[in-house]
Amino acid sequence: MSELLALFHGFSIALEPTNLALMVAGIVLGVLIGVLPGLGGANGVAILLPLTFTLEPVSAIILLSCIYWGALFGGAITSILFNIPGEPWSVATTFDGYPMAQNGRAAEALTAAFTSSFIGAFVAILVITFVSPLVAGFALRFGPAEFFAVMFLAFASFIGLSSGSPFKTMASMMVGFLLAGVGLDTVTGELRGTFGSTELMRGFNFLVVVIGLFGISEILQSVEEGLTFRGREGRIDLKAVLRTWAEMIRHKAIIVRSALIGCWMGITPAGATPASFMSYGVARRLSRHGHEFGKGRIEGVIAPETAAHAAGTSALLPMLTLGIPGSPTAAVLLGGLIMWGLQPGPMLFVEQKDFVWGLIASMYLGNVVGLLIVLVAVPWFAAILRVPFPIIAAIIFVVCAIGAYTVNNAAFDIVLMLIFGVLGYVMKKLDYPLAPLVLALVLGDRTEQSFRQALLLSEGSFTIFFSNALVASIMLFGFVMLFWPVLSKLWARKEPSPA
Amino acid sequence: MRVSCRRVLMGCAAVLSACCLAATAQAWEPSKPVQFYVPAGTGGGADQMARTIQAIVAKHNLMKQPIVVQNKGGGAGAEAFLEVKEKKGDAHLLLITLSSLFTTPLATGVPFRWSDITPVKMLALDEFVLWVNTESPWKSVAELVAAGKTQKLRMGGTGSRQEDHIITVAIGKATGAQFTYVPYKGGGEVAVQLVGGHIDTSVNNPIEAVSHWKAGKVRPLCVFDSKPMPYPEKITDTMSWADIPTCKSQGLDVEYLMLRGIFMPAGVTQEQVRYYIDLLDKVRATPEWKELMAQGAFNQTALEGAEFRAWLEREEERHRQLMAEAGFLAK
Repeated sequence: MSELLALFHGFSIALEPTNLALMVAGIVLGVLIGVLPGLGGANGVAILLPLTFTLEPVSAIILLSCIYWGALFGGAITSILFNIPGEPWSVATTFDGYPMAQNGRAAEALTAAFTSSFIGAFVAILVITFVSPLVAGFALRFGPAEFFAVMFLAFASFIGLSSGSPFKTMASMMVGFLLAGVGLDTVTGELRGTFGSTELMRGFNFLVVVIGLFGISEILQSVEEGLTFRGREGRIDLKAVLRTWAEMIRHKAIIVRSALIGCWMGITPAGATPASFMSYGVARRLSRHGHEFGKGRIEGVIAPETAAHAAGTSALLPMLTLGIPGSPTAAVLLGGLIMWGLQPGPMLFVEQKDFVWGLIASMYLGNVVGLLIVLVAVPWFAAILRVPFPIIAAIIFVVCAIGAYTVNNAAFDIVLMLIFGVLGYVMKKLDYPLAPLVLALVLGDRTEQSFRQALLLSEGSFTIFFSNALVASIMLFGFVMLFWPVLSKLWARKEPSPA
Repeated sequence: MRVSCRRVLMGCAAVLSACCLAATAQAWEPSKPVQFYVPAGTGGGADQMARTIQAIVAKHNLMKQPIVVQNKGGGAGAEAFLEVKEKKGDAHLLLITLSSLFTTPLATGVPFRWSDITPVKMLALDEFVLWVNTESPWKSVAELVAAGKTQKLRMGGTGSRQEDHIITVAIGKATGAQFTYVPYKGGGEVAVQLVGGHIDTSVNNPIEAVSHWKAGKVRPLCVFDSKPMPYPEKITDTMSWADIPTCKSQGLDVEYLMLRGIFMPAGVTQEQVRYYIDLLDKVRATPEWKELMAQGAFNQTALEGAEFRAWLEREEERHRQLMAEAGFLAK
């Protein structure tokens, strides 16, 4: 019960007028930052970090973490409306969110995304509030082998999902791995695949590639199809919110499961992006309507958004208790803590009670405020689709270019974005799936690194991946997901259903 | 006087901002926002220091123009170094450096040396401490080294062919202990891996490990500096930073400190360098800066001019030797 007392004290801090005002300002700014592809939560927070120097630490973290929540909310908006993920973790949201918008259900998709984000975050905050002492130590059990096992699980639950040819899926994924390998190799400290070019030393930034592959190629395709955006007729009013909520209640199992996946991935801390992919994969695997995913199922929006937000929120736990950032944005916040004179790590909860509980209370309030702000704005967001396509296409194009430039402040990235735009268009025309490429690009680096670190520790022996109960069970679960198509056929004998 | 007035007028015409320049016509000062490059990603030690400087300058109004921090971490900082090298004469560009100033060109062979740019000032040196897990049986350097002769110790560190890796090889050379070096992305991660028992030892910077030390999870064995750290406030119940012995006094003859310094592109005037030295001196005098120094238990040696150049010359040669012995040089 001491948690509850501490929490109420936290609320009294978070409810101070200045803090409340900062909260609202942070959410609004965050949504804007999330909407602009490229700017991203990490960059947005980093830019504002020095401005917070004059604030109290607790006010500063409330402002910055609310920007983070806002960015998590905002990332879904462009994914659904324009097929352009504003943040890495909203890529999986595009798979069904964009088709929904095209079918005239943009408002439903947005509502589902925001609401499930909120639920995911809320579950994660409850976890942080009440079981943090129990789970804080969990991340300590994660060495390289365990990280690889988690990544393996993310790939395994996602692979074979695309309905097309398995060879095309493999090809697409391999291109992703190849792109992920460019730049500095952490394990050997050598440059790889740069061909002596300074520009390629950065490697291929995920956001630049995605803006091109998804955003630009979508515009090219729409141009080919006669400059129309489908789904402009969709009814857009606040009733859509209530309708969607009614529909979401039917998918409560998916919500709970996705929230748990998200919390687990956030605490370990593997991050929001693998959580969103894994959750989408699992939802599709376990759904009776799996074959309809990718055509605009609401579950395809709920699953990744719930998991991403749960992971993004619970990632703050290892950051506060252990000083390891679970996401790029958390890494910047971590730098902020030190700048404000606080030392993240196991002693923070003991030494800085006001700060920690003020932050946790602000998470509750921030997410409620955030949900209200974005839900009220749903009709306006959805109304963007009513703008004539030639106008909106030009705007999207400019925003994409600015986004690509902002990631690294490099003009070369705009060129890259265009190249990937054409590549994405060609791949769509030839029916190569884009998702495996993106998944491999975003997780490839981390996966490879953990794999090689683990083998360094074991001096080359693969038994390290089965050396304790934790890593062995994750690996086993991964194999089950990998061979699911075979396993589900065995089940299908008993219960005939279109698997 | 006439020359400087004319320069002022030209400057005004160029930037259309007569108001701010006219007041102090004599000394040079920035006429547009100053770019501050960080040759690493967001969230690391260099990034944090750069953003603290940015915040201090803004808070205490030390400069009329704002500082804009930009992360150029590609190729272990090579991206930032090459860009600063190209922008000759640009007095509105600063670069904060860490050991990658030496290690990146040596390890990757990118065409860059510190002498391609202008050293402004050394701000501080970051310490390295040898840590083990509290539950490990090793209470002293001698015990750890003895263990390293019968088994391969797993040493975690940040990056490959960079400072942590170099220190590891140097310890092996000096004592004959055997290490398996495992590179991670960041120092915070390394500290947690040590607490979790996935690695046996690390050479984390003080700021990366201090919280785990306070919580009683890790044990410091020695500091790789010539003198103990001058911070006598107790961190744990029994120890302060100053109580950690030097490695040399423990029979481990390895010294290593990491540069936290500021550079500018080549071809800037003496007056411009002077301006930034004065600015950084003002930054170093603020309470916020002193707090950062105490938090990270930094070595507060600050050099400029010829002394700084001599230090850089010496350190570059030392890195070349250490890295050549370890086989880390680019072929």
